[in-house]
Amino acid sequence: MSLIKSSLARKYVMALSGLFLVTFLILHVTINLASVFSPDFFNEASHFMGYNPIVQFLMQPILIAGVIVHFVMGFVLEIQNNKARDIGYVKYNGGANAPWVSRNMIYSGLVILAFLGLHFYDFWIHEMAYKYVEANPVDPTRYYHETVEKFEPIWRTVLYVVSFVLLSLHLWHGFASSFQSMGANNKYTAGFKKFAKIFAVVVPLAFAFIAIYHHLNPITQ
Amino acid sequence: MKLYLKIWRQKDASTPGKIVDYTLDGVEGDMSFLEMLDILNEDLISKGEEPVEFDHDCREGICGTCSLQINGEPHGPDRLVTTCQLHMRKFNDGDTIVIEPFRAKAFPVIKDLIVDRSAFDRIQQAGGYISVNTSGNTIDANTIPINKYDADEAMDAATCIGCGACVAACKNASAMLFTSAKVSQFALLPQGQVEATERVQNMVRQMDLEGFGNCTNTGACEVECPKGISLTNIARMNREYLSATLKG
Repeated sequence: MSLIKSSLARKYVMALSGLFLVTFLILHVTINLASVFSPDFFNEASHFMGYNPIVQFLMQPILIAGVIVHFVMGFVLEIQNNKARDIGYVKYNGGANAPWVSRNMIYSGLVILAFLGLHFYDFWIHEMAYKYVEANPVDPTRYYHETVEKFEPIWRTVLYVVSFVLLSLHLWHGFASSFQSMGANNKYTAGFKKFAKIFAVVVPLAFAFIAIYHHLNPITQ
Repeated sequence: MKLYLKIWRQKDASTPGKIVDYTLDGVEGDMSFLEMLDILNEDLISKGEEPVEFDHDCREGICGTCSLQINGEPHGPDRLVTTCQLHMRKFNDGDTIVIEPFRAKAFPVIKDLIVDRSAFDRIQQAGGYISVNTSGNTIDANTIPINKYDADEAMDAATCIGCGACVAACKNASAMLFTSAKVSQFALLPQGQVEATERVQNMVRQMDLEGFGNCTNTGACEVECPKGISLTNIARMNREYLSATLKG
């Protein structure tokens, strides 16, 4: 019971849900990269993810729960942290001792949350409507075309790229920080932090590349 | 040098405070920050005005009594020093210096720049001790072999003077660095193992009860700590707490 109420438990929840979402990002970016290099494989992988009952009815709800837990806990922590300093400083030089990204996780997180709303509208709601509301026939070849078409408007491509920049900033602090929260700080920490920072740049960069690539290479026929 | 001071003045805990402007001339670079405030106070007293109240004791950087948020940083712009060891040579002629009390709900202002840091005492009392028979048959600590690395780490953690700069620096007013240092200095030593499970749980519980914020690993506390207490202590406390809670 003490674990549930404690401030450290909230750190564990943020860290574990964040790490879970990081592993999902690896899967997501891998499949999405296929849309650039192998549309056939992208269609196969997307069809599998879209129709496999384990993915749809077990892994997908777990993923959505992970997202909800992460952002709800983020809001709870932000509210509690604001209460812990009820009277603020007249002059506060936060930049003197901590990087901007670490002090503004709530803002990068809010942008990512807003992006998730757009992303769900673009792909997930469309997918649910296609399969379960409109009850369209199964078409394993539609995913590549649908994805590329989404990036035809410049506004959507720009919004996605800006969101990936914020995702990068969020991961820059959050990924390495999650291991500290779980109590891991040892001789491997420096190496792991380097890996986390590379990850925080490479993965969002890959997502941005995919969006820009499809915008610049529309399906013309 | 001539300085323009903006100092938080507050009559008592229940009266709202405000920033008051002062101009102070004749400040020497070799003066400590507190000596500079002494001169200001002598000036105020000679004019029949109320002096600025601030905490201080040893003025040697070892007691943890002095505090002050100076230009937005606890203990000012220098590193690894307390306010009493901060020298005015760190400032320039004509500078404006904003001086405020450490801010946290758990550190309420008593008067002017003095805050009540007894929340730290209560965290310490909740578990920052070991039970040793001191009635004449105390066992010499050196009879128990301890490896050098652990002894050094424990000593590093024990150098925390409990000044509260970690809380003041943290954007969340978190006391994790202080609490983790106090947990670590015992967790690393064999003498601390007897009460290890209860210690970390009780100290964290008290820390939460006092109303400190949550740690978000910004690292500001480590940078501003006058004793260089490391974030590794927070990771150790997180491990200790998880392990203690899972043990039940």
